[in-house]
Amino acid sequence: MMQRPGGPMRGRGPMGATGVAREKATNFRGTMGKLFRYMGRYKGLVLLVFIFAAASTTANIIGPKILGTATTTLVTGVIAQISGTGVIDFASIGVILLEVLAIYVISAIFGFIQGWIMAGVSTNIAYRFRRDIAEKIDHLPLKYFDGTTYGEVLSRITNDVDTINQSLSQSLTQIITSVVTIVGVLIMMLSISWVMTLVALAMLPLSLLLMGVVIGRSQKYFKQQQDNLGHVNGHVEEMYGGHIVIKAFNGEEKSVEKFNKFNKNWYTGSWKANFFSGLMIPIMLFIGNLGYVAVTIFGAWLAIQNVITIGDIQAFIQYVRSFTQPLSQIANISNVLQQTAAAAERVFKFLEEEEETPDVTNPIKLERVKGLVEFRNVHFGYDPNKIIIQNFSAIAQPGQKVAIVGPTGAGKTTIVKLLMRFYDLNSGTILVDGHDTRDFTRADLRRMFGMVLQDTWLYNDSIMNNIRYSNQDATDEEVLAAASIAHVDPFVKMLPDGYNMVINEEITNVSQGQMQLLTIARAILANPPILILDEATSSVDTHTEILIQEAMDALMQNRTSFVIAHRLSTIRNADLILVMRDGDIVEQGNHNELLARGGYYAELYNSQFEKLNND
Amino acid sequence: MIRFTKPYLIMIFISIGLLFAQANFDLTLPDYLSKIVNVGIQQGGVEDAVPEAIREIEMNRTLMWLTPENQTDVLSAYTLVHNGSSEASLYVEKYPALLNQSVYVLTNSESATNTNLNPIMARALLIVSFVELLMMNDTLRMLVNAQLGLSLPGNGTDLFEYIKTQPPLTLLLIMTVANSRFSALGEKMIIQAATQVVREEYKALGMDINQLQLNYMFYYGGLMILLTLLSMACMIAVGYLAAKVATGMARDMRRDIFKKVEQFSSTEFDSFSTASLITRSTNDITQVQMAVIMIIRLVFYAPILGIGGIIHALDLAPTMWWIIAMAVGILLSLILMVFYVALPKFKSIQKLVDRLNLVAREGLTGIMVIRAFNKQQFEEIRFDKANIDLTKVSLFINRVMVIMMPVMMMLMNVLVIIIIWVGSHEVANANLQVGDMIAFMQYAMQVTMAFLMLSIMFIILPRASVSVNRIAEVLKVDILIRDPENPKHFDEPFRGKVEFRNVSFRYTGALEDVLHDISFTAHSGQVTAFIGPTGSGKSTLVNLIPRLYDVVTGEILIDDVDIREVSQHELRDKIGYVPQKSALFSGTIASNLLFANENASEVDLKSAIQTAQITEFVNGKTEGMATEIAQGGMNVSGGQKQRLSIARALVKKAPINILDDSFSNLDFKTDVALRKALRASLSVSTVLIVTQRVSTIKNADQIIVLNEGRIVGKGTHVELMENCAIYKDIAMSQLSLEELL
Repeated sequence: MMQRPGGPMRGRGPMGATGVAREKATNFRGTMGKLFRYMGRYKGLVLLVFIFAAASTTANIIGPKILGTATTTLVTGVIAQISGTGVIDFASIGVILLEVLAIYVISAIFGFIQGWIMAGVSTNIAYRFRRDIAEKIDHLPLKYFDGTTYGEVLSRITNDVDTINQSLSQSLTQIITSVVTIVGVLIMMLSISWVMTLVALAMLPLSLLLMGVVIGRSQKYFKQQQDNLGHVNGHVEEMYGGHIVIKAFNGEEKSVEKFNKFNKNWYTGSWKANFFSGLMIPIMLFIGNLGYVAVTIFGAWLAIQNVITIGDIQAFIQYVRSFTQPLSQIANISNVLQQTAAAAERVFKFLEEEEETPDVTNPIKLERVKGLVEFRNVHFGYDPNKIIIQNFSAIAQPGQKVAIVGPTGAGKTTIVKLLMRFYDLNSGTILVDGHDTRDFTRADLRRMFGMVLQDTWLYNDSIMNNIRYSNQDATDEEVLAAASIAHVDPFVKMLPDGYNMVINEEITNVSQGQMQLLTIARAILANPPILILDEATSSVDTHTEILIQEAMDALMQNRTSFVIAHRLSTIRNADLILVMRDGDIVEQGNHNELLARGGYYAELYNSQFEKLNND
Repeated sequence: MIRFTKPYLIMIFISIGLLFAQANFDLTLPDYLSKIVNVGIQQGGVEDAVPEAIREIEMNRTLMWLTPENQTDVLSAYTLVHNGSSEASLYVEKYPALLNQSVYVLTNSESATNTNLNPIMARALLIVSFVELLMMNDTLRMLVNAQLGLSLPGNGTDLFEYIKTQPPLTLLLIMTVANSRFSALGEKMIIQAATQVVREEYKALGMDINQLQLNYMFYYGGLMILLTLLSMACMIAVGYLAAKVATGMARDMRRDIFKKVEQFSSTEFDSFSTASLITRSTNDITQVQMAVIMIIRLVFYAPILGIGGIIHALDLAPTMWWIIAMAVGILLSLILMVFYVALPKFKSIQKLVDRLNLVAREGLTGIMVIRAFNKQQFEEIRFDKANIDLTKVSLFINRVMVIMMPVMMMLMNVLVIIIIWVGSHEVANANLQVGDMIAFMQYAMQVTMAFLMLSIMFIILPRASVSVNRIAEVLKVDILIRDPENPKHFDEPFRGKVEFRNVSFRYTGALEDVLHDISFTAHSGQVTAFIGPTGSGKSTLVNLIPRLYDVVTGEILIDDVDIREVSQHELRDKIGYVPQKSALFSGTIASNLLFANENASEVDLKSAIQTAQITEFVNGKTEGMATEIAQGGMNVSGGQKQRLSIARALVKKAPINILDDSFSNLDFKTDVALRKALRASLSVSTVLIVTQRVSTIKNADQIIVLNEGRIVGKGTHVELMENCAIYKDIAMSQLSLEELL
């Protein structure tokens, strides 16, 4: 029932029972075991569901047999009426019908209870899965997300959990009912006539064979269809994404040509996929009818021999009809279970990912943080086999400004991530006020830092709450004070609801520059002893840029600050400049020292002044 | 939208025809079933009371109970075959009794039907069999004598002969008594009873009555199998047609919508979001395709089956119509109720899923901020709230859905019980036969199923119609930018002078102009730069040159020709364009560069790569220029993308080059090197650069400063530093004073 996000690429075809492309778990048995253990606390309820499902199905199966006796009584009565020896015995027909009615009502009530409980259990399990995944996210090291896209994680929360939910609420009970139905119907059929049962069962191998052929075929085409649809949709996404370029380079014709090729391919595969998956129903119906005719004729012959009654035939026919359905259901369920196992496997894999190393048991608590930061023989690499920061040492005295410079992609944010212990060092230590950062709890450590990054992050709530995010206990006055220092106040006052305006989901109702100001206000409110700042680049207009600069300057007053610097004035005024290249810190010192050295920094700096003139 | 069905109309009509056939086959099945039960089993394969042959003696006994007209009718339908005659040899094998006695053979079954002999013969045959019973059963004879005040003799007296000798009153008396019995039995049962007499007669004729019965069953059983075969064939054929029609329509729609969007200028493109256009061209089409299949296979079929089922059912038992009406009524109100209760929840669940997604996505994108501020707990609570909200509604919907099933089953079962109860009374009143009742049950099921199918329509159609509308919206867009009917051509040699004359522009639907009265000329061999705060209209201005938008007033001239007077193709051929948001396409580095000019040589590509300062990157790859580029260029960084898209524009070697803020992702060093190289390679062309960095354009031949859509300064860096306050502001904020000098 949940919409499946994940973009149009996933567009699901009109697949019936046979259409689902097979998705297999690598360890079906193990995953299912885990799933059942996860359901642990619902064990009793699930058992109850099984019992009710079985009872409900059994009642449903007995019904036709008893109903058959009503017909038989009727026929006997009719014959008696004709030969003048009696009348139809309505009293006993009435009793029989009431009996059957009672059975059906009981069956319905059992079914009702079963569904009610199972829906509760499966929805609850889905809830718990989602909650556990969300909690897991908070305990994963940031490193995990280097190799996993957000889309993948989101897909765990929605698609995979939803698959499990659906499967539990429907397929699980379906397995029970199908199995009970098949066994029960078989018993009932045997109790009527074993010969007729044999006739009815003779249809089975035929239907299994045909089903196998059809499923095999349609799956092949469905795979093809999905691949082709992927090509078509991929091309559409890409061409629409680069529409301006297509126009500017006169590429429309080429694009349409390529599209038509994809589209035609899709068509050839797709109609076949649809056709073959549609074959299933008529073929099953035919086999059902074939069995039905065979049973009727054969039953009639037995009735002539006075072996069975007409009521028996009637009941038997109903049984034959209800025999084929659970069979195809079971064929389908194995598919569904595979999918469920695949989804559950992904979810469990996520839940079992290695978590961050736990905080130390006896963390240091600092009353006042002075802001002395020291890097001592730091070695670090995102990939432990590829150390990018080699033996780096530096000291930032309390209140000093440290500028981090380097070209794009040089890894300037790495330092930030290390300082706040988003990543752990491969070797060496980072110390704050003389203590190893690993000796603090992560929470305490991070509380010492205020961070304003260029990719600002706001969430779907009011501006007031977005600022307050850094300090939940702040009063409205404190928030307003921080806002005014950060130059947030003037523009917020012009917004429709002022501080109560809710940032919309796509964050389109505040500009890029305003977002930056808001995150600065947030940092001001947090009032941290150490700051990490990322200077704005080209995406902000001049006026806002000046405001941001002023706000940042105000913020940096008397605090140890690490600035990812773009402006030369910032760099020049820094007490310490860390020059980064290809992930490593290649030089350090102040502006004049570095210029005098004539190294990479000097090269970078001078390029700024190089005249463009060819001469 | 209708036009998409046009090519498939014939197929759709054939499908409907096939569905009618299928419904007909499906609905005939229960009829045959009831025949097998009624005639095959209960009546021993004897269909009616007009025997196909009857012994002469038996015929004479029968005729005496008929009126003279009826006697004539009967005799005209039969031919008397004498034993030993030449004719007899024809029949003797079938009726062995012909060996020693004469037999009447039904030779004119048409006249038998025309004169409606069935009930007439039935009554007469029953009386004959009764009298014959009296001849054998003394106790019964005595009882009858006592009741009717007759004195029928026993001891082997032929009672038929005896009655003939008695006054007509005796015969009349017996007939009256019989008739009163008959009226209690009713027509159907009289015939059913008479078939037993016929069966006895067949036995007397020496026929193999068991074989007769089996033949009957095999005949109708065979017919049933034939029908199911035909029904399956129809269904498969419909499935084939439905698949062809639906996928064909999807293909056509998708083709048209894609072609249309490719024709869109930026004006039309902007009126939808890119994501929405993608959804319309992909998901919406799939939705429609699924709906078409369902419509052909179910929605067309349901009313045919439903109405046919009702007709057949009423034909069998007209008095039981109310049962079906009640079942359908309850079913429909149940479905409507579920819709009424569940539909709003269905709608809200989508919102809740979106909300959950949003919160989860925020939690992921803000992971650093969240951890930096130690807000994990806060986020977990926020997520939990969204999770609980979703769980509540989803539980409700799950329950409604899960509970529907037993309720439906119950409804069907109760329907069967009611039919049996009411039906057995109808049977007792002789309005119905047992087999008919069973058939009626099947019809009732089919009718309710049909209505169930129809209710699915309520789910599919609204959803599909939303998709159809969304597709139609795209298709019916008027494309504003069109080629002139008789396009002019640029003069040769092409110089590439770009001139704006009093150009104003506003976006469709906007209240204010984005550009006001813009005039300037950009010459070949010169660099013209545009600078100004965000929103000042720089990008808009350069986008007017390749006619991504059309000016509202004023004109843009290239080599003194209004760009609206040449074809878009010719115009764009002259322009190398580097967009603000670089877009690469899946393929290789080479294929992306060749996109600008298919005929570019390897040397051209290499030199473009060199100029764009990306040689290092390309050479660093083992595959070189054959390196794969993922969809949208996702596997290269922003700076690399930008440089590749500059290289692409360079490959075109166009006389006019537009670089729209194309250096923003480059560091200063690369920026400088790139500018230097560009300057050399584009020295003979007209270059238009949009930027926010003063350093990028310090050396431009002409700098145009824009503010709020107006030109507020025009000149070189040095000139503008002196006389343009806005330019000076921008420059000051970016460079320190000594750098500016």
